[in-house]
Amino acid sequence: MSMARTPTTHDPFNAIAEPKRRELLELLQLQELSVNDIVDRLGWTQPMVSKHLGVLKQVGLVSERRDGRQRFYRTNAEQLKPIYDWVAPFERYWSERFNRLDEVLEQLKQQQKE
Amino acid sequence: MSKNKTVVTAEPGKQELFITREFDAPRDLVYQAHTDPEILAQWLGPKDLSVEFEVFEPVSGGRWRFLNIDHDGNEYAFHGTFHEVTPTRVIQTFEFEGMPETGHVSLETMTLEDLPNGRTKLTTHAVYQSVADRDGMVEAGMESGVADGYDKLDEMLAATQNQPTL
Repeated sequence: MSMARTPTTHDPFNAIAEPKRRELLELLQLQELSVNDIVDRLGWTQPMVSKHLGVLKQVGLVSERRDGRQRFYRTNAEQLKPIYDWVAPFERYWSERFNRLDEVLEQLKQQQKE
Repeated sequence: MSKNKTVVTAEPGKQELFITREFDAPRDLVYQAHTDPEILAQWLGPKDLSVEFEVFEPVSGGRWRFLNIDHDGNEYAFHGTFHEVTPTRVIQTFEFEGMPETGHVSLETMTLEDLPNGRTKLTTHAVYQSVADRDGMVEAGMESGVADGYDKLDEMLAATQNQPTL
């Protein structure tokens, strides 16, 4: 699989390249929050929160829910799937390798005891 | 499945990646498993390939070269040099000889940290010569012996939809 990753604001890869936006995604993964909540939690200015939320909303990584006059935001995990799909096989390759290392280390520990 | 999770961090558009993993073994054993070629060959893999070290000199300034050999006798060679080898840090270069041209070298820094209760944290930081080289290495994981066990991947994907990994 090759992912086209032209740097545009419509590209989720590009959207999460910014560390602040990843921080925001991680926060909104745990709970749905309003802009004011986010300002409180992260200590960023309101315009900064709005700017990054805007980019994440545009690529669909964050969804918005209106409740009366309030708006709440949450990470849209489904949209993170292509990014996860990209790195997952490589991570699994290393995971299998390290699981084998676990077994080798157990044997070494046993040998040390004897 | 181990309870110790392997985490790969490969941020878009960067020339580097990080691999972190904790082990339920003291640091000297994790170090030994990385610097004794007989032990290293037992776990380096991939699963269906044998590992043969042609040269392995785990000292600062030493060289290494190993071959992965498949059932049909096809050989895949890798080589590099050890820049620094100490019980808490190993710095080496890494190059796959199967590239169309030479020079796609990465610099790998492996750090071994003591954790409480005789455990160890291993962090590998790899820096590539271009974003394309880095992405090529990540994407190579898709072809190297990961075709089987997609049911496990499906489970992981199901889990990640609830709590995705960044």
